[in-house]
Amino acid sequence: MLGPVLETLIGGLMTGVLYSLVALGFVLIFKASGVFNFAQGAMVLFAALSFARLSEFMPLVIAFAFSVLIMIALAYAIEFLVLRHLVNQEGIILFMATLGIAYFLEGFGQAVWGSDIYKIALGLPTDPIFILESVFPGGLLIDPAELIAAIICAVMVLVLAVFFQVTRVGRALRAVADDHQAAQSVGIPLNQIWLMVWAVSGLVALVAGMMWGAKLGVQFSLSLIALKALPVLILGGFTSIPGAIVGGLIIGAGEKLAEVLLGPVLIRTFDLAGGGIENWFAYVLALVFLLFRPQGLFGERIIERV
Amino acid sequence: MTIVFYREVGQFKTSYDADEAIFPIAQDRWSVIVLVAFAFLGVPLFAGQYLYTEVLIPVLILSIAAIGLNILTGYCGQLSLGSGGFMAVGAYAAYNLALRLPETNIILVFLFAGVMAMLVGLLFGLPSLRIKGFYLAVATLASQFFLEWAFARVKWFTNYAPSGSVAVGRVELFGVPIDTPGRTYIFVLAITVVLTIAAKNLVRGRIGRMWMAIRDMDIAAEIIGIRPLHAKLSAFAVSSFYIGVAGALWAFLRLGSWEPLAFDVNRSFQVLFMIIIGGLGTLLGSFLGAAFIVLVPIFLNQLPSWLGISMSTAAISHIEFMLFGAMIVLFLIAEPHGLARLWAIAKEKLRLWPFPY
Repeated sequence: MLGPVLETLIGGLMTGVLYSLVALGFVLIFKASGVFNFAQGAMVLFAALSFARLSEFMPLVIAFAFSVLIMIALAYAIEFLVLRHLVNQEGIILFMATLGIAYFLEGFGQAVWGSDIYKIALGLPTDPIFILESVFPGGLLIDPAELIAAIICAVMVLVLAVFFQVTRVGRALRAVADDHQAAQSVGIPLNQIWLMVWAVSGLVALVAGMMWGAKLGVQFSLSLIALKALPVLILGGFTSIPGAIVGGLIIGAGEKLAEVLLGPVLIRTFDLAGGGIENWFAYVLALVFLLFRPQGLFGERIIERV
Repeated sequence: MTIVFYREVGQFKTSYDADEAIFPIAQDRWSVIVLVAFAFLGVPLFAGQYLYTEVLIPVLILSIAAIGLNILTGYCGQLSLGSGGFMAVGAYAAYNLALRLPETNIILVFLFAGVMAMLVGLLFGLPSLRIKGFYLAVATLASQFFLEWAFARVKWFTNYAPSGSVAVGRVELFGVPIDTPGRTYIFVLAITVVLTIAAKNLVRGRIGRMWMAIRDMDIAAEIIGIRPLHAKLSAFAVSSFYIGVAGALWAFLRLGSWEPLAFDVNRSFQVLFMIIIGGLGTLLGSFLGAAFIVLVPIFLNQLPSWLGISMSTAAISHIEFMLFGAMIVLFLIAEPHGLARLWAIAKEKLRLWPFPY
């Protein structure tokens, strides 16, 4: 019994890493500009579509480079056409604007790149690895592609952490996150910072899209993965990069375990037509956490004054 | 000679009642009365089936849902992405009551739908006492996904229908079948008018002021003696009631047969779009937003044939997505406070017109 559960747990943790990748893009933008970017999922889809179609007729590395350029251009377009005109609006207005961007990107991506299912062949090893064969009969199965995704994710988080803590631009980003006006008054150019942060999260979206695309194929449903990243966000806190990672791991492991352990029990007790509790379990888990810590696990404490 | 008809000159208020009227300006009052009378008596004279089923009935039903969400989000400031789920609660509650007690009056069925949605809304409104803003918005998504899942999986709700899709039979009111588009329209219109008047009186009364105080600053509201528990939960209750009734109406009178997918998260976004485009915190905005959201896709679908271009359906749907997204962004940039604000500005201009000030 313990073997399969552990295997599910590991599989869940690996999926969780992929959730974290999507959540990371959200956090970057929310931290720097206070925008709740609902378009992150659409950006993942758009980036994955670009990469998949480009890689059909050019080497992977060049396709990647072009996709990076496309995401930077997209960040520029969003900053220039949308955000610049919505400075100083309320949070909900900016949120709505990103919903509009999400719709636009979903339509635009499919109109330009096509709406079939595309494959991304990253040339990752596919033979499953077995570990701990001495402890469990048959050992534990691990998908190497997911392992590589986890490693890439870890590297990205490290790079981002260094970028935020050490570099000049990173300091400027943190300053903007703390206080727009104060940052502006010491001479930090807001527009450039936003451009930068959208470009970086576009890059994160590209990596996330490549990983998800290699796993599931590039298709419209990729943009729905953003919805799965939301409970990760509330669990970890909107403003915390480690939170996004830890939250992703908890959600990924939690929902897989729930499906395996809790699902059959629920089906038996309530006479259900099939399980599928994965769809809401993450949210409910996050909700329960929220009742005890309203700002998420690692979110900044909310100090309220009148 | 210019026509100067929109003036309140000479309209003196001589009693408190007159001062507190819903429409203190006579021209406003009369135009609303004329509009409602026209909707009841004038529209059936010329409206065809297409106008009824594709435009008027959807706009009216979605307006009710938009009013519901506007009470919660626009008046009480609690952002919710769970409207689709609450519409589903209304729809399935009505379905089950009509199925299990077939003799029940249809008005009671819709009331029951509202009350059930209200109870579920109260339950899912509880987290709002602890969490705020976008955290709450994501928490309401939990209710959306949970409810969607429950109606797809718990067989009792769908009466063990093998396909998971349910259908309602004839709807009749006091022996009169509501089967033609014209009758459906009148029925929906009557419910909309009643619910709108109720909502107007709620939001301008004590309870509405309580909601608005919580919206504007919850801590300050608490300090002046408003209990957040009462204010927030009552907003959730009233809002879910409206959305539940709208869900039942949508299922019974617009769809006829449906599955949980009809109330998925896109429906929630649709209702949210309505109140943002229409205007947060205005009842007029709920109607304008609903009309906008229903009419724009119809318009976009017709556009290629008007222009004489032939396009594949996939391309049309992609372009529809793009145009819809672009319109939302453009709209937010041009008028973040929605259509209702445009209307208010137009009215203000009309008061002075033709003079500059």
